[in-house]
Amino acid sequence: MKLKVLAILTLVSMLTALYMIFLYAPREALQGDAQRIFYVHLPLAISGYVSAFLLFIGVIGFFRTGDLKWDRFGETAAALGVTFISAQLITGSLWSRPIWGPWWVWDARTTLQLVLDLIFIAYFMLRSYLPDPQKRAKLSAVFGLLGMIDVPINYLSIYLVRTQHPQAVVSPGGGGVSPEMGLTLTVSFTAVGLLYAYLFNRRLAIAKVEEEVDYLEQVVLAHE
Amino acid sequence: MKSMSAIIFKDIVIEMRNKESITSMLMFGVLVLVVFQFAFETINVERGLLAPGTLWVAFSFAAILGLNRSLAMEIDNDCLQGLLLAPISRGELYLGKVASNFIFMMIAEVIVLPLFVVFNNLDFNLKFLEVAAIACLGTLGIASIGTILSTISANTRIKEVMLPVLQIPLTVPVIIASVEATREVLTGDTRGISSWLYVLAGFIIVYLTASYLVFEFAVEE
Amino acid sequence: MALESEDIRKTFGYFTALGGVTLKVKRGEFLALFGRNGAGKTTFLKIAATLVKPTHGRLRIEGIDVREEPEEARRRIGFLSHNTYLYRDLTPIENLRFFGRLYDVQDLDERIHSLIDRVGLQRRASDPVRSFSRGLHQRLGVARVMLHDPSLILLDEPYTGLDANAVDTLNQMLDEAISAGKTIILTTHDLEQGLRAASRAIIIDRGKIVFTGDARDPATRDAYRQYIRVGVTP
Repeated sequence: MKLKVLAILTLVSMLTALYMIFLYAPREALQGDAQRIFYVHLPLAISGYVSAFLLFIGVIGFFRTGDLKWDRFGETAAALGVTFISAQLITGSLWSRPIWGPWWVWDARTTLQLVLDLIFIAYFMLRSYLPDPQKRAKLSAVFGLLGMIDVPINYLSIYLVRTQHPQAVVSPGGGGVSPEMGLTLTVSFTAVGLLYAYLFNRRLAIAKVEEEVDYLEQVVLAHE
Repeated sequence: MKSMSAIIFKDIVIEMRNKESITSMLMFGVLVLVVFQFAFETINVERGLLAPGTLWVAFSFAAILGLNRSLAMEIDNDCLQGLLLAPISRGELYLGKVASNFIFMMIAEVIVLPLFVVFNNLDFNLKFLEVAAIACLGTLGIASIGTILSTISANTRIKEVMLPVLQIPLTVPVIIASVEATREVLTGDTRGISSWLYVLAGFIIVYLTASYLVFEFAVEE
Repeated sequence: MALESEDIRKTFGYFTALGGVTLKVKRGEFLALFGRNGAGKTTFLKIAATLVKPTHGRLRIEGIDVREEPEEARRRIGFLSHNTYLYRDLTPIENLRFFGRLYDVQDLDERIHSLIDRVGLQRRASDPVRSFSRGLHQRLGVARVMLHDPSLILLDEPYTGLDANAVDTLNQMLDEAISAGKTIILTTHDLEQGLRAASRAIIIDRGKIVFTGDARDPATRDAYRQYIRVGVTP
């Protein structure tokens, strides 16, 4: 029941956000219509960091209890992290091309996001080569821990590079943020946030079922 | 402490006998420097700007070779189990391996560095020592995280191939900090160097501590 | 009590290797562990050696809880499996010196030389282990196990790959160890070797103890034979 409500809310907020992004928010002076991608871009970027934090929680939970459900939790966070960050990088690329020309800008935020994406991908690659669930949970927890404490250190070093080598700054809009823009951004954040929560729930449920199927497979095989 | 030095001593004796680790790291490091020479030959940029990146590409990939060799030695004959049987804590075992990995990497780097100076027509002066000092910090950072990551990757079917996948994203801060600090030394503009050194020191402290605490999870069956 | 295990269980993923093993081994006992491949003998031995953590249960070595003071427990344990844990590039002397340092063995050099003599490796003492045959490997492995004078000796199928001489030497060393008050647990497929000097015999099947009896009692032999034939014990 709660999940249905969440699903409906997500759908409604996403539709609202889409309307607001394309029709309600004013055309930005400097960057034109291409600027609208920012309303999606920023929430996605934040979702990446939220995923990193949630993976960290999952790792701590697993280390404290040894319960595989924390492993599923962390893995779900990482899966959403990869998805949302990759989406963000792609939308970022689509945004920068019409505005500044290049497909890719090595600014602080995109570099950080790319490295975080790579860490999540490495996490999944590691898992894919570990068939035993206990071992997989243990080793991906160790790597997850090492990876997630890297995030703040990465943040520090990448931002340090940029402050020492100032470049064209990627910003939402040169001429200040109008109240309509602010509202659009808030709605967009809400939509992405609800989408994240909904997907997280579904993915976690699927992971649990996958695990049960695995278990049953093993039981059947053992009895043959 | 005694067991840590026993581990380091053992690794040194083995390395002196088969010389596999240091020679492969050395060869690889030199090759990378040479390849980059050709790659950047026609680019007319002040040497001090490009060279640090080249140096650290050489160092970080050579480090992966070294870590893989060190790991292979412990997998052979299941020697790691023998170490796990001993009355030393998993954390001590970790520190011992970090130390010996660090030593071997430094030995290879100490030979590559002068070649680096020669290839790039730099001077053997105080700057050289400063670059070497930065190399020490960066290498310790790589060794501290690489040692535990190689233990993790040993559990996968593809072992040595998994290590760079895990290590390269995580060592980004070390590489950035080392390259930037080296660049500042070489170009003479060292205003920001202390922040880079702090990043390196912070990385080392954080990862030595974290790995020390969770090493047992990476290494036990 | 040399070893006390309480309801030791171990699962690997969905596979249950040990389903609850409770065992008490007194000091000076020589226990022979039999069972089919995959029955759980090696897993139990590895848990006893602290190489593997059980998923459930407590283990005490000479009263020391393995979870609370693992290093103290390990000091008293010697474990030999078919992997000898020896460094191929080092000589026997260097290998033993390394392990001796890890275990903080006193009078190390003397001890190394007497052990090398004891296992018959004098002539190869300064050759890298890489050049050794399996039998020589095992001999050095035995020396490594005895080096730190452990009070609990665990051997996983120690007779595989040994020639007759080496088997005799190993048996002699085990007998000496028993006389010196040590405790021995060994796993083997060889009924005769297993029962030769053992005081107690245990059969493990599918992760549980299914039979325990006096090694010298002929009923034990019959039980084992029946187990091999039919798969169940009386």
